[in-house]
Amino acid sequence: MKFRGREAFTGSRPYRLLPLRFRRLPWDPSRAFVSSMSGDWLLMEHATLERVIDRVLAADDPVLTDMEARHLIARDIDRSTLAPLLSQYKARKAYLSQGPALHIIVVSLRCHHTCSYCQVSRKPTGASSFDMSEEVANTVVERLFEWPSHTLTVELQGGEPLLHFERVHGLLSRIIERNQREHREIRFVIASTLHDLTDEQVQVLKTYNVQLSTSLDGPEALHNANRPRPERDSHARTLAGIERARATLGPGSVSALTTITRRSLEDPLAIIHEYRRRDFHSISLRPLSPYGFARKTVARTGYSIDEFLAFYRKALEIILSVNHDGYELEEGYASLLLSQLHTPFSHGYVDLRSPTGAGLGAVVYDYDGQVYPSDEARMLAAMGDTSFALGRVEESPRTWLSSPAMRRILDAGVAEALPGCSDCAYVPLCGADPIDHYARQGDPVGHRPTSDFCRKQMGMFDLLLERWELGSDADRRVLEQWALKAPRSTPSDDVSEAG
Amino acid sequence: MLPLDTKAKLTNWGHAPLLKVADLAEMAVGRFPFERMALDLRSIGQKSAATAELVGLPWAGFIANQDAQLPSGRPGVVLDDRAGIVRPGDVIELQPLRSRVLVRYRRGDASNVLFATEQCNSYCMMCSQPPHDVDDAWRIEQMCELVKLIDADTPSLAISGGEPTLLGAGLNRVIGHCADRLPATPLHVLTNGRRFSAHGYAATFEAAHPALSWGVPLYGDHFCLHDYVVQSSGAFAETIKGLYALHQAGQRIEIRVVLVKPTVERLQELVRYLYRNLPFVEHVALMGIEPTGFAKAHYDDIWIDPADMADALEAAVEFLAARSMAVSLFNLPLCALSRSLWPFARQSISNWKRDYLPPCEGCLVRERCAGFFSWTTDAWTSRAIRTITHHEEGVSCEKH
Repeated sequence: MKFRGREAFTGSRPYRLLPLRFRRLPWDPSRAFVSSMSGDWLLMEHATLERVIDRVLAADDPVLTDMEARHLIARDIDRSTLAPLLSQYKARKAYLSQGPALHIIVVSLRCHHTCSYCQVSRKPTGASSFDMSEEVANTVVERLFEWPSHTLTVELQGGEPLLHFERVHGLLSRIIERNQREHREIRFVIASTLHDLTDEQVQVLKTYNVQLSTSLDGPEALHNANRPRPERDSHARTLAGIERARATLGPGSVSALTTITRRSLEDPLAIIHEYRRRDFHSISLRPLSPYGFARKTVARTGYSIDEFLAFYRKALEIILSVNHDGYELEEGYASLLLSQLHTPFSHGYVDLRSPTGAGLGAVVYDYDGQVYPSDEARMLAAMGDTSFALGRVEESPRTWLSSPAMRRILDAGVAEALPGCSDCAYVPLCGADPIDHYARQGDPVGHRPTSDFCRKQMGMFDLLLERWELGSDADRRVLEQWALKAPRSTPSDDVSEAG
Repeated sequence: MLPLDTKAKLTNWGHAPLLKVADLAEMAVGRFPFERMALDLRSIGQKSAATAELVGLPWAGFIANQDAQLPSGRPGVVLDDRAGIVRPGDVIELQPLRSRVLVRYRRGDASNVLFATEQCNSYCMMCSQPPHDVDDAWRIEQMCELVKLIDADTPSLAISGGEPTLLGAGLNRVIGHCADRLPATPLHVLTNGRRFSAHGYAATFEAAHPALSWGVPLYGDHFCLHDYVVQSSGAFAETIKGLYALHQAGQRIEIRVVLVKPTVERLQELVRYLYRNLPFVEHVALMGIEPTGFAKAHYDDIWIDPADMADALEAAVEFLAARSMAVSLFNLPLCALSRSLWPFARQSISNWKRDYLPPCEGCLVRERCAGFFSWTTDAWTSRAIRTITHHEEGVSCEKH
């Protein structure tokens, strides 16, 4: 047998294009972001891409090698294999494999705040008719274990769930008791202002290893302006709650969200420094949602997506410099999108999936026994629009999934098949949000050119990709660290002999 | 370097089986039948201890320094072995026609190998063990026999060739034997993985052994490069499909990348490919070339001085480590690596073929350095080779 040179192994057939999408880089229109079906990607000269598509490149052109390794083309399909592409696709969609893992239980709608941007249409603290009854709670626990997912995240929220702590405690203990037989992996989260958190409550939360999620909108003046209480002490009470929780549950036990109002746009530095001052290593800069009270107050608190993106760009610079300063601080949404860009894995976030996470990744059990596919669907119902109500807790998950509401969601729930999304280079990394589009545009499919959701997603992907590409080594290291640390969905089993 | 064979005078052997070399301690343990053991008379200090009663036991034979020490009429091996090539606990094969003794298993060594076959379905440019198209199915039986005589506390065992999967179900038999006799010994099979692309073969290894893993080489992130290095059209596609099949069958996988020049030129793309497509692999080994066999014929095509791949290696190791993919460097001397890579370097060369060069005399890190294959010549030696002395900052405080 004789040894042969490289030219003997280049294959004999012309290359073929695999399904690919591209987008010119806003910061350098001579180049493009080219993505594969599974979200692997390459930055390349746009003119070169045209030549690839026109098949005028020689088979041994080096750019074809890079494109083949990222599954954008196949050179000799007889010598190559599509198995890695299928494996990547399956890994990317691994969140589909087990059904809904996030179960949100609304314990009470009561709240002591009067936030103008409130998404959930809270009720005054004395209105106990907006509490979840024991009977409904017991039925919710039964339903919870009818879902197949081995890992379950149970999120208790409100209103202010701690105002109905008896029910919180009852749910935690009943779920754990029931799990003696079920052996699921269960994680508890409570979304709370933490205002009236007591040491007795903290002890209970410790027993059940509960994670807390709260709102901290920035320094005192901004937080109190965004989140008014008659006593004007919301910021102080939240900080006291955080300290109380951390003292017993540990430094990482509380995460915080920042809702960005018009007022917040002015001073990203103050918000970020407040987080650093309070020893948070994660911040989530969240734009307003078009629900609940937020919709009515849009003129006073609202702003355009472009204004938000301009704010976010400034905030990202500040956060990067905080990191270069030696203090680790990640931005939650950037981490999610960066994980999609820089890892092959699925993610655990329900609002950015395709097929949509509504009903497929999450289920919401309202205080009154109504069941919804997402928090947004519940908020719509609270505003009088029950289009996306799945049913009641007395019914079975099977009934909910075969409801007309679910069908309507699924019809608009696959991003790859939506007008405007189907050609977008970011779609393998993005998601469909039919309920959001319905809420904003009156139609679950929606209209991408005027969609705030789309504008925000495109803007964020563009910004993060630009910042990564043009950044220093130190910038890249920080951004990649966020991507690599982001939580994954269950690992996929991958394909065997396919291709 | 301690060779694995030596000259010997063999007397009175009819059939020449594999033998466990036994001392009195081995006899006391009683794990192996007398019929499979050769009593090493050299290990019995005083001549008087070799009593007629001891010698009268049904040993397969005896090992001694001189003819005169052998019991008359019994099978015997006379060794001129000052280096200590054959020692109690080892398993030896007798080759009467060549008057040689081969050590098939060396007690306490971390790099014992079951040699599966000389055949291979690839023809790699840098192959250190060029394949031969011979029918050596007899090796299956020999491996099973050998496994019976290996110490139960052996720290690790490899199966290599040639291409072990060419044994088909024979490989299952050998691995099954290991599972029965040596369940606590991690077993690593070196394979090109191509045969696992055949439907159903990988699944036959599900639950085959409690500590089984597979070492599979990958030389490129696309078929042209890999197929060229292994000189086989279609090999890349088969290996990739084989890797997914192994993973599907619940198998543990190591990727082995021999650092030949064309592969080093795309090393960063290759590790990216591993992370994006095969993130389930347990370990990635980046390996210096073993300069023997076919490698010698392809010096110009495959050799790149480790000093010239420093940047590529550093970037590749950093990329994998940052992504929690375990990575090691094999067969590369420490002085040719940047200091940041030292924690990843392993003493990967088996002691029977490991040597050191003159600059290694007095080198401060020799004891943890991979060293060199015994057959390394000047042409295959990095220009970076030098003595590392205590004057260099940081050496003494390196921690591993």
